[in-house]
Amino acid sequence: MAYRFKRFASIAAALALAGVTTVAHAVVEIQWWHAMTGANNDRVNAFAKRFNESQSDYKVNAVYKGSYPEAMAAAIAAFRAGNAPHILQVFEVGTATMMNAKGAIKPVYEVMAQAGEPFDPKSYIPAVASYYTNTKGQMLSFPFNSSTTVLFYNQDAFEKAGIDPKQGPVTWQAVIADMAKLKAAGSTCPFTTGWQSWVQLESFSAWHNLPFATEQNGFAGIDPKLLFNGPVQVRHIGNMQDWLKKGYFVYAGRKNEPEAKFFSGECAILTSSSAAYGTIKQNAKFKFTVSTLPYYADVPGAPQNTIIGGASLWVMAGKKPEEYKGVAKFLTFLSQPKIQEEWHEATGYLPITMAAYELTKKSGFYEKNPGTDVSVQQMIVKPTTSSRGIRLGNFVQIRDVIDEELESVWAGKKTAKQALDDAVKRGNELIQRFARTAKE
Amino acid sequence: MASEKRARFHSPWLPYALIFPQIAITLVFFFWPAAQALFQSLLVEDAFGGHTEFVWFENFQSLFHDPGYLASFRITAIFSALVAVIGLTVSLVLAAFADRVLRGANVYKTLLIWPYAVAPAIAAVLWLFLFNPTLGVLAHWMQGWGIRWDPLLDANDALVLVVTAAVWKQISYNFLFFLAGLQSIPKSLLEAAAIDGAGPVKRFVTIVFPLLSPTTFFLIVVNIVYAFFDTFGIIDASTSGGPAQSTEILVYKVYADGFKGLDLGGSAAQSVVLMAIVITLTVIQFRYVERKVQY
Repeated sequence: MAYRFKRFASIAAALALAGVTTVAHAVVEIQWWHAMTGANNDRVNAFAKRFNESQSDYKVNAVYKGSYPEAMAAAIAAFRAGNAPHILQVFEVGTATMMNAKGAIKPVYEVMAQAGEPFDPKSYIPAVASYYTNTKGQMLSFPFNSSTTVLFYNQDAFEKAGIDPKQGPVTWQAVIADMAKLKAAGSTCPFTTGWQSWVQLESFSAWHNLPFATEQNGFAGIDPKLLFNGPVQVRHIGNMQDWLKKGYFVYAGRKNEPEAKFFSGECAILTSSSAAYGTIKQNAKFKFTVSTLPYYADVPGAPQNTIIGGASLWVMAGKKPEEYKGVAKFLTFLSQPKIQEEWHEATGYLPITMAAYELTKKSGFYEKNPGTDVSVQQMIVKPTTSSRGIRLGNFVQIRDVIDEELESVWAGKKTAKQALDDAVKRGNELIQRFARTAKE
Repeated sequence: MASEKRARFHSPWLPYALIFPQIAITLVFFFWPAAQALFQSLLVEDAFGGHTEFVWFENFQSLFHDPGYLASFRITAIFSALVAVIGLTVSLVLAAFADRVLRGANVYKTLLIWPYAVAPAIAAVLWLFLFNPTLGVLAHWMQGWGIRWDPLLDANDALVLVVTAAVWKQISYNFLFFLAGLQSIPKSLLEAAAIDGAGPVKRFVTIVFPLLSPTTFFLIVVNIVYAFFDTFGIIDASTSGGPAQSTEILVYKVYADGFKGLDLGGSAAQSVVLMAIVITLTVIQFRYVERKVQY
């Protein structure tokens, strides 16, 4: 009896399995690999779902592949195995690697042109589009989630320390004055910063219209020499070392760990990514607002514009034309002002297009949520060759080098000048190694 | 008269068919990647493999001229020495105690074995929380005693954190072997020494420890291999090689250079060097240890 039942069960299971594998439709499937976590992951999935429901020819499959470096490594391995996704979200520091990956990527302007979809670089916010544009003015990737560097401050803590909470510190001189008052009022952490390389060196240089590297910050050639050990940057890092010794500045990590110290109320001032807004709003039990990244008032040309962080969408090569059509339609969908407005308002990432920015302004969002337009204001300026972005090979490792050298400054092991000089030397070696692999 | 019983396979193909799955797995998952690493270490290429340049041993040359790589060697040597010495000492002490306990011996043995079941990454996160300067219980105690503790900035503090997590995980393994070794020492030897007037410490030093030497030697090699390779999860989950590369052991550097830095040639060269080291260690273990251990 048991034997017959088992036989019956196994045949039934086999039939059920056969029934589950449906006949394939003519729907073209498009794989989208991304690195968004938490609430942003949900939103990305929602976008894909909406696109899929709005038409029946294409189906976008949004897959979370890990952090930015993990997603990139997975895509490289997949490409080498002939199995790359259609769309890949790559962080801004991977731009040079992607641009020089001849045969691995298909430039976005080509994809859009060949599919007949409208694509006008001028409709994008200048300092955002310029990061992903080549020297011929063609956009190679699709800006999706771009943030920039801003300053958050705890208005309740400011009031307690006797500082006017309605005005954020606009210059570094004002920050020093505020930090002193906060420390006098008993704060153990007046100031901290996230993403120290991006905020305090890369964006800092652009904000002061100082070049980060030769060859137009690497846009005009693949073997630039680094320039971030100039007098203003050395002065700033030296100041930060000073503040650390005085207890004004507390170092809390290389990435976004310091954001937790801000929204927990421990640190009163935080310079970090504008995309931290969502998390801070969810967790902070005090009044806070956003202000512009501080600058040194005595540096000519400051403030210029800040540099974007975040990621863009790259299209991989080697796919069929009808799949590229689907990709192009999806990118058009993502650049609709309504979609961009929703994304911007919910996440704190920049509205990528001018139309989205105007729509957000019209809806009154910026009045209801003061400080959320600070990031955009810092970017809608026409950038100069020193401020439109940074494009370096092996940028991921260069950032690690900068982080290490800055950590040795905070630990008191090197002076600011020594550390920045060493970082420039090590970074130049890394760029040279990359240039070897990117030769024509 | 003992006649050796040998299994005789009359079938010409059955033995090969039986071991084929294991051989296939070894070939695909061990030999093929190793050969690939050997080949890639002779190339300089971009991440996507579009542009490849054959450069003979240049990757190795630039490795050994890179102060970062030599520093990593130093850190790995210090780290594995600390893990081996501290791990073996603590396990030996615990085993010696557990050997003498009569009541509740099984409880102690069970509890001491549990850490081995914990995955390296979890162990790292556990200790990270305990030692976290803001939230950690241990960090709080240390600050209470006036010790400055910051594994984010201080290289030595970070090293203490990863060594503690690594040793904690390995204590169970060492403990088991030491306990077995201790229990295989004939009690008559120890009783004879006691009658001759040797105290417990002298008995331990002159009788127990020398008789444990094959076990100790075996465990040293195992601990060193563990510290070289199996601690990757611990480093990645706690310090990520920081601060300033001060906990970047060789195997972590392979990962960081290959998957974050996308320098596949240099990373492959580092893998080849690590492979040479572990082959040497295994040869040493087989030549000197396997002869002396009695089963």
